[in-house]
Amino acid sequence: MTDTTLDRGGFDVRSFIRDKIFLGMSLGEYFRSLLTPGNAVFALILIVGVPIIVYRFAFGIGASSHLTQMNPWGIWIGLDVMSGVALAAGGFTVATAVYVLGLKEYHPIVRPAVLTGFLGYLFVVIGLCADLGRPWKLPVPMAYSFGTGSVMFEVGWCVCLYLIVLALEFSPAAFEWLGLRKAREWAIRMTLALTILGLCLSTLHQSSLGALFLMMPHRLHPLWYSGFVPIFFFVSAIIAGLSMVIVESGLSHRVFKDQVDPKDHGKLDKLTLGLARGAAVVLFAYFFLKLQGLVDSGRFDLLLTPYGYWFLFEMLGFILIPSFLYAIAVRRQNATLARWVAGWTVLGIVVNRLNLSVIAFNWNAPERYVPGFMEIMISVTIITIGIMTFRWIVNRMPVLREDPSYPQH
Amino acid sequence: MDLSRRTFIKFAGAAGAAGLAAKPARAEASALRTVNTPAVLVDTTRCVGCRGCEAACGESNLLPPPAQPGSDAVFSTPRRTDPSTYTVVNRAAASSKEGDVRYVKRQCMHCLDPACASACLAKALEKTAAGPVVYHKERCLGCRYCMVACQFDVPKFDFDSPAPYIHKCTFCAERQAQGLQPACASVCPTGALQFGHREELLEEARTRIYQNAGKYVHQVYGEFEAGGTSWLYITDVPFDKLGFRTDLGPTSPPELTRTALAAVPFVLTLWPPLLMGLYTFSKRRAEASKSGEKEAHHD
Repeated sequence: MTDTTLDRGGFDVRSFIRDKIFLGMSLGEYFRSLLTPGNAVFALILIVGVPIIVYRFAFGIGASSHLTQMNPWGIWIGLDVMSGVALAAGGFTVATAVYVLGLKEYHPIVRPAVLTGFLGYLFVVIGLCADLGRPWKLPVPMAYSFGTGSVMFEVGWCVCLYLIVLALEFSPAAFEWLGLRKAREWAIRMTLALTILGLCLSTLHQSSLGALFLMMPHRLHPLWYSGFVPIFFFVSAIIAGLSMVIVESGLSHRVFKDQVDPKDHGKLDKLTLGLARGAAVVLFAYFFLKLQGLVDSGRFDLLLTPYGYWFLFEMLGFILIPSFLYAIAVRRQNATLARWVAGWTVLGIVVNRLNLSVIAFNWNAPERYVPGFMEIMISVTIITIGIMTFRWIVNRMPVLREDPSYPQH
Repeated sequence: MDLSRRTFIKFAGAAGAAGLAAKPARAEASALRTVNTPAVLVDTTRCVGCRGCEAACGESNLLPPPAQPGSDAVFSTPRRTDPSTYTVVNRAAASSKEGDVRYVKRQCMHCLDPACASACLAKALEKTAAGPVVYHKERCLGCRYCMVACQFDVPKFDFDSPAPYIHKCTFCAERQAQGLQPACASVCPTGALQFGHREELLEEARTRIYQNAGKYVHQVYGEFEAGGTSWLYITDVPFDKLGFRTDLGPTSPPELTRTALAAVPFVLTLWPPLLMGLYTFSKRRAEASKSGEKEAHHD
């Protein structure tokens, strides 16, 4: 079954589809294999969510969300875009570690990290299209009307270019799947250049997502407003990337057990603890950076208010304590603990991004924004389609395993 | 906010320092600032709440007629502008005394260095050399960054439309280009709205403040707020009572993001050589440890 039609000369579409798309099964077998409880949950989400997305585009943002003139940004920006971009930072973090810093032992997790990054960004852009009033105008700032004085312009360009970089970084896996040796070779040759370009673009857009808020001291609670916000965003993106890779690889090894090379089964704990060590250090540094931001603002008086308690909870509960717990996990060589801490840290990053863009945003406005059901459902649906795409690719391409017919690079 | 001479000097100094950091952008903005830009002086002590300006605005911009014409009930709650209302006149209590009220017209302030224009990634909002901040609808993506960036909550969005646009006061840019006043100012019967050149109107405002000892608050709202605006207000009751934000400070909002934007060339020029260095270093180390292992084997 693996020696594909390509080897026999002529290209046979039917057997190509059977081998590459239906995992070597017939159509009937393939559909029967999809009847699992997990897929039932996915199907339910899509049955509810897809019509809501159609409704959103047919009747507008007002009809499908709780966004208002006073609160024009909600969870589509806070969760889909702000959190999505941070959590997709694993791609540049791990690629830099492996290809630039030469930490070859992390090679087995480069491809899943890059794939998570690529799909993360892809679905950020798809989520963004739900939020944009006129998404079909996306080519305007790319092609002919350049708002170069806008931080959003920088974000847009970097995200677009980085999406291309991630696609190219992942392309060797796709070429291996399709049996395109020549193309794969070319793609592999670009690895170092792409990794460096990826880090440049990530530095810029991860930080400039934070820089979007620099112009809004009038809207953002003083405890979260800081001139250092771009730096906070970049540093916490590294934490998000490392933690997300821990979470994703832990889940992948469980869900796609048969995909993983048996000789890699034992390696994961060691890699997880290595990533946890990095995350502990960066989290600790991030705590002190945030502390400097607080000192700089001088607003200690606000700490003893409800917003202040929430700020302290973020500082201690989502930054300082996970930093120590990561360190404990490393010290005791407890990969399971590291995975739980990683999950908690990922949640902490999401909370941070939601704090900036929703919770502490417009804190002094007369009306509060609370996301509506349809709004949440659109986000959930887009995330679900993202997860399904990840699974679809992992089941077909050499992501968690190496293709034995290609040399490791 | 009290603006002492010291704050002004500090502001001027900061503007100068930022000018050195980001020359082209600053040059553009300061050129706009020094040009004797068109402006409107609003004297809230003269406004009687007739809402003629609202009607003229609607007519001139082809908007639906204002809500509840001629009715006093419209003042019961403060209104905001919306996609089909570019200006509103609100009533505010000046003191606890019954009937002691002031009327305040609100609209886009047409900032000298506007947040919305610098926020827009597609230049859909643009500060024109002539003065008004105008909207090019064909470029707009509907991202609403202009709405959150604006300190005065001015840009409004067609939330009900599947193909929405941003709406806001245009300062009647087309009328101004023909040498006419903005529609609202042209119909004001009491002289509460006075159209003219910004520098002259600032003189006028100060003259009124000084010549009517004790009457006015000693502040021209819009002279420095958010880097200065083309709409200037004077009043005899504190500005916060009239619904104005008094915590905006004199820094123009785009100034706040200029350092972040200035970092772009540094990242792009410093990261690649630095990373190549790290790469070479790690490669050498790996080779050294490999040959070290080999030597160890030979021994």
